Amino acid sequence: MSISLLLLIIAVIGVAGYLFGSWRANALAGGKLSSLHSRPGYYGSFVAIWSVLPALVVMLVWIIASPIYISSTVRGGFPEEVKATSQAEQNLAYNMIGAISRGLNTLSAEEREAMFADSATARTVLAAKGVPLAADPAPYMLTSADDLNRMTKASGTFLSILVIVAALAGAFVSYRAIAPKFRARNRVEGVMLVSLIAASSIAILTTVGIVASMATEAIHFFNMVPAWEFFFGTTWDPRFAAAGATASSGQFGLIPLLAGTLYIGFVAMLVAVPVGLFAAIYMSEYASRTVRSVAKPLLEVLAGIPTIVYGFFALITVGPFLRDISAQLNGLVTGNYASFIQAQSVLTAGIVMGIMLIPYVSSLSDDIITAVPRALRDGSLGLGATRSETIKRVIMPAALPGIVGALLMTASRAIGETMIVVLAAGVAARMQLNPFEPMTTVTVKIVNQLTGDLEFTSPQTLVAFALGITLFVITLCLNIYALYIVRKYREQYE
Amino acid sequence: MSQVSTSPALGIATKPERRDIGLRRRYAAERRFRLYGMAAIAFGLLFLFLLLFSVVSKGYTAFQQTMITIPIEFSEQIIDKNNERATNPQKLVTANYPVVARNALAKVLGVSEDDRAGLKAVNGMISDSVRVQLRNLVTADPSIIGTTQTVTVLAHGDLDSAFKGQIDLTVPETNRKVSDKQVGWMNQLAESGALSKHFNTGLFTNGASSRPEAAGVGVALIGSLYMMLIVLVLSLPIGVAASIYLEEFAPKNRFTDLIEVNINNLAAVPSIVYGLLGLAVFINFAGFPRSAALVGGLVLTLMTLPTIIIATRAALKAVPPSIRAAALGLGASRMQTVFHHVLPLAMPGILTGTIIGLAHALGETAPLLLIGMVAFVADVPATPMDPATALPVQIYMWANEAERAFVERTSGAIIVLLIFLILMNVGAILLRRRFERRW
Repeated sequence: MSISLLLLIIAVIGVAGYLFGSWRANALAGGKLSSLHSRPGYYGSFVAIWSVLPALVVMLVWIIASPIYISSTVRGGFPEEVKATSQAEQNLAYNMIGAISRGLNTLSAEEREAMFADSATARTVLAAKGVPLAADPAPYMLTSADDLNRMTKASGTFLSILVIVAALAGAFVSYRAIAPKFRARNRVEGVMLVSLIAASSIAILTTVGIVASMATEAIHFFNMVPAWEFFFGTTWDPRFAAAGATASSGQFGLIPLLAGTLYIGFVAMLVAVPVGLFAAIYMSEYASRTVRSVAKPLLEVLAGIPTIVYGFFALITVGPFLRDISAQLNGLVTGNYASFIQAQSVLTAGIVMGIMLIPYVSSLSDDIITAVPRALRDGSLGLGATRSETIKRVIMPAALPGIVGALLMTASRAIGETMIVVLAAGVAARMQLNPFEPMTTVTVKIVNQLTGDLEFTSPQTLVAFALGITLFVITLCLNIYALYIVRKYREQYE
Repeated sequence: MSQVSTSPALGIATKPERRDIGLRRRYAAERRFRLYGMAAIAFGLLFLFLLLFSVVSKGYTAFQQTMITIPIEFSEQIIDKNNERATNPQKLVTANYPVVARNALAKVLGVSEDDRAGLKAVNGMISDSVRVQLRNLVTADPSIIGTTQTVTVLAHGDLDSAFKGQIDLTVPETNRKVSDKQVGWMNQLAESGALSKHFNTGLFTNGASSRPEAAGVGVALIGSLYMMLIVLVLSLPIGVAASIYLEEFAPKNRFTDLIEVNINNLAAVPSIVYGLLGLAVFINFAGFPRSAALVGGLVLTLMTLPTIIIATRAALKAVPPSIRAAALGLGASRMQTVFHHVLPLAMPGILTGTIIGLAHALGETAPLLLIGMVAFVADVPATPMDPATALPVQIYMWANEAERAFVERTSGAIIVLLIFLILMNVGAILLRRRFERRW
């Protein structure tokens, strides 16, 4: 019986349980609902929960446990000489048995007979059925595959019986528990509360998952490449991943990537901070209601545009534009029409990323500027200061910690940004100070190392996780510090 | 404020001379400051319009496609010379259909069958995708062999660019992809009405193709649709449940504090880190297939959850405590208060936040690159477990193609993506306008 059919059966039993439960509660009340502790629907839900939950738990446990049990039994049945081989070879044999067992299901009885009589024909027979095998199977594999099929089938049958029995038993027991004094609502609400708590722990599970998964892979990497070579190495040259190679053959220096990340982030902040800050100041202090209601949403559209669109914009429009204009400038000054800005460069990526960041800076600082108490503003204006003097001498100093926090958050976004730099910054990992040349970033290299064929044993792949955890830690620290500053600032005026 | 004016001395009849207290300078500074603010906003808006203009001006032509309508003779001589299609159905699949189309066009243009250079130029006008198109026609109905049918075929990508005026014809002939002869034929066909621009339905239905004229975002749209469904089905209930617990039930203790700090930080984790998580956990550890929409959906769900939780908590917080007090006072339990009264009132806010979270997930690219969605998928995925790609990933792949016609396709795909995002955001705004209550 397939899993989806089984789920459907459980659902049907659950719905039936609900109907019977509420019907019985109604019958017990005998037209006088106030004699019940809870409303009839709660009795129904109680029965439904008891029919569905235990059955689902049984199903989950079985689905996880049974393949493990079957695989260990099949491996236990291997001939002694196979058991003596390495783990990898045993895995290979087991995979082949799995393929054969899939093929066996498609054969008719006669074809089976013929195949079991002569295992040498198995490969051609199965290939005709669309199940390619890597090699001619040994005779024991055919019997093992047969065993595997039998056990899988038996396991499926047991699962169906067990789950249906669990559902019916749960329904029966809970149905019998229904009585006018039974506190059905409290039970149901208890289950609801537990599920609410479970849902909110997913946030913790995600963090644990991120840290654990990246840390384990990064530790694998640091077993092959010393940590100090990674963190303080100045050359990035990972070479290509050779199949099966575990020795590190390339150089994995983080410094050039980090330099590129920070440089591009710096250029982006150079664009985003003045523009964003002035926009926020104008919006919160000068703009009339109408201007504000038009300009603010329009600027925020910039935040809603996917970063891949910015990347394409940088690649197709901004990069070539900068290249051509630099050629023109060069020509006007020296007479030599050669461009000194490359299409993919720190400048291109930085400018476009800066545009992307404008709305972050402006809306975050807008909130913070508006939060400065009215009294400070009025006091300053009352003393005869102009508006700009009020802003420069009173509001900005008061809002400064909050704005610094906002800028740190923006910076963490710049560091983690991927698509713009993938398309516009280039892939050359080098350290230099010329903003007109391409540089590369941590995120670009994560993408580069993980697209294409992956081998989770080669340092070329695993280095991406070391880069990822570095990125994660940097952005996390920036954010925690920023949140701390903002929170402290908020307390100041509350 | 640096200079403080003193009051003029009393008893002097002449009008006191105004002292220079730097007013002019200060007002000038004020005006300058104001101007900087306006310039900043203008700069931001300028780039917004530049970006949109650059995409739209490059991409609007992608919604039209040049097609050639010609009578094609399905010559038995070429398709199935020895009449063996009854015994060998493979024959019809491997037949040389491009030649069929080329000969038909050559006949229309009056190019002799012996003029090899001419035939080659003619062949360069028709898309290679004609092979699949004619093959499907013939295998669906083998009886058309030997007859002449009027068929509309795709023009070659370069000819398409030329017909849309995107190729500079003043460039020397050897330096461009369309020869003068082909341009002449193109104009001749256009005059006779055989060659014209049609609405490009292929853009919305086709999958990946190495030929720009036959490439479309169909597969990507389906993949994105699957992912959005998975995100919606998982993140809305989980997000709402988590927010209800945190906002309405959670006691103030270490555990709930931990969850809160966690959610705030998860919202700021770079999206590419979620891709690494998906790769390590869902693909390497749990053994899900690579490139599947299921994995993409799960990764995007984890990424969207913090957004939805933050929006939902704000919406729950906005429901005034009097509602809760009234419900509790009438004897409702805390669960009943939340689910019967608070949640329905907070629903518009929750849905607005969800739509905005979904819009964000729809445009996200980086995590999908890592879980193998950068794949050449030509067939529409039947289930979320099949290899698929997503709209932004398709844009990324096309952006890396060198051909001119792909720039147009990429911009076209971006326009499609932006239209979806605009629709979703407008929906969210309307929802908020229509149902939002001010307490």
